[in-house]
Amino acid sequence: MQTQAKMIDPRITDSTAQASQWQLIWSRFRKHRLAMIGLVLVGMLYFVAAFAEFFQPFDPISTSSIHVYHPPQAIHLFETGTDGGWSFRPHVIDLELTRDPLTLAANYAEIPQSKTYIQFFGETEPYLLAGVIPMQHKLLSTEQGGRFYLFGADRMGRDLFSRTISGTRISMSIGLVGVGFSLFLGLLIGGVAGYYAGWFDTLSSRIIELIMAMPTIPIWLGLSAAIPANWDPLTRYFAITVILSLVGWTELARVVRGRFFALKTEDFVVAARLDGAPPLRVIFRHMMPSLVSHIIASVSLAIPAMILAETSLSFLGLGLLPPSVSWGVLLKEAQNIRAIASAPWLFIPGAFVAVAVLSLNFLGDGLRDAADPYAQERG
Amino acid sequence: MLTYIFKRTLWAIPFLLGASFLAFVIIQAPPGDYLTTYAAKLEAAGQTVDTARLNALRERFGLDEPYLAQYWKWITNVLRGDFGMSFEWQQPVSDLIGDRMMFSVILAVSTILFTWAVALPVGVYSAIRKYTAGDYIVTVIAFLGLATPNFLIALALMYFGVVYLGADVTGLFSPQYANAAWSWGKFLDLVSHLIIPVTIIGLSSTASLIRVMRANLLDELYKPYVTTARAKGLGEFKLLLKYPVRLALNPFVSTIGWAFPQIISGSTIVAFVLSLPTADPLMLQALMSQDMYLAGAFILLLCVLSIVGMLVSDILLAIVDPRIRYN
Repeated sequence: MQTQAKMIDPRITDSTAQASQWQLIWSRFRKHRLAMIGLVLVGMLYFVAAFAEFFQPFDPISTSSIHVYHPPQAIHLFETGTDGGWSFRPHVIDLELTRDPLTLAANYAEIPQSKTYIQFFGETEPYLLAGVIPMQHKLLSTEQGGRFYLFGADRMGRDLFSRTISGTRISMSIGLVGVGFSLFLGLLIGGVAGYYAGWFDTLSSRIIELIMAMPTIPIWLGLSAAIPANWDPLTRYFAITVILSLVGWTELARVVRGRFFALKTEDFVVAARLDGAPPLRVIFRHMMPSLVSHIIASVSLAIPAMILAETSLSFLGLGLLPPSVSWGVLLKEAQNIRAIASAPWLFIPGAFVAVAVLSLNFLGDGLRDAADPYAQERG
Repeated sequence: MLTYIFKRTLWAIPFLLGASFLAFVIIQAPPGDYLTTYAAKLEAAGQTVDTARLNALRERFGLDEPYLAQYWKWITNVLRGDFGMSFEWQQPVSDLIGDRMMFSVILAVSTILFTWAVALPVGVYSAIRKYTAGDYIVTVIAFLGLATPNFLIALALMYFGVVYLGADVTGLFSPQYANAAWSWGKFLDLVSHLIIPVTIIGLSSTASLIRVMRANLLDELYKPYVTTARAKGLGEFKLLLKYPVRLALNPFVSTIGWAFPQIISGSTIVAFVLSLPTADPLMLQALMSQDMYLAGAFILLLCVLSIVGMLVSDILLAIVDPRIRYN
């Protein structure tokens, strides 16, 4: 009898039967190649965002009047010495600003013998990493002072590379913070509506439909126009995230409501309720485990929408304002035709937006497929 | 059918009320009321502020009354066509918005038509030629269209226009037609200028509609009734249009309704980049200078446009699908 039970118990013969829900999700997720690429890229972006100070060679707001619209420079890794031998000395070739005496148009010409040497992990002025950890080394720095421009410079000679990295922190985090607010509202409203139904469900469903019928960007613009211009950057940052989530919670609330609705008539939930479990315990102990994966998937699809929204608002000049640096604020520089015709590198932050949004979308798609236990296995 | 249309139209009224209330909240949101801003502007310009005039204006807009009473006064005035004053332009708002709203409507409607005209055949093609090169190309373009912010595409096109073609892709009219009276030439000029903004704004909703159409049709294509019809010798093209496509259309048409707010929202930023003479750039300018009656009027009208767009597509859905009419 004992041995027969052991034979039947699937855990003995099949190791996957022992896998937890998360292991199953992970093994399905790993097969989704685009989602894995998305995961790696998103991971890198958040890593850069967290340690932005280490990656940015210069202060993103330091200006330089002799480097206005300085074009991007490529790093040369090797150098030919006077004796003709090669040596590893990363450097960029300096450019000099000359102005056309008639039109005052800026021109940059290479100065062949003048080089700025770059060192990796070199010692710099002390700074605080992520605002807390004191550091003295940066990924890239110059050996003997001076500046270099990997992504070029803007109209005030600020280093676009440092600015883009600094913007990564704000743009990527505004997605997280905004979705955090939305998730709170969505879980609360969607959860109560789905669990208790009744008049609250009817009312909240109508409100969600109403909000979803509105064109979002004009509403966001209207609300953020009310933020006083003299608020400090941090307060403005939070005000903008709150405004974004005031519209953004509806989609999450719909997902949560739908799942609650479907789950609450399941036998195991009814059983828990009949056993006298209080609502909070039913929700958190019995229903949540089947919901979490879906919620995570919807959250990862909501983050890129938030990032796009912030970028659009700042691009239009009603989101974050300088001196805050976000991708949208940077793209605002690329708004007029003259600037982009003479300095197309101002588009580079746009490429970051596209990469971030695409990879977050793939990641979210992969999570959604992986989180669905009834999805067919991919061949 | 008429009862359905009537009922559905009644259903839109609470939505319109909600939209108007939202617009009013936005008008009221900046600190201080319209007149304190107005007086501050006058003082900044070095003009004397006439207290009697201010009081008269305060009376007219009911600024001393409670919130809901102010809303009532504003909304009843709006229904009579009086949207308040724009202090920046020193003109009634209703004089400023007419033409621009018309271009906004033209833009939105042409975009939705474009979206429909492209997404339907491409979605069908993508479904019946599943996993072919054509399907993959469509899928990749659709994904890119969904992920790239449309103002980036607008900026990139503008850059290519200026640098490589030497052409200006902005605006809705060539200079010689901008102030001319309507004529066939002006109409053609408008159409040729509409192509680029319509493509850019419609790209993301077209992309998602292609995916919807493809998925719907794939659900239908392998059902037994299709096989039956084929076995009876019905021509492949006729069979496709007669049965599965008609069924797959239902979710498609209902998604079109949701695409409408998305299109209006997306056109705001594209219209600004391409400096189109639609409502959006002026609305943005009004918001920047906190000219709230003007901005509020635009927001209200854009919301109304989006609700009416959804209403129309719901009615279209009822025409396509009798089951909805009788429920």
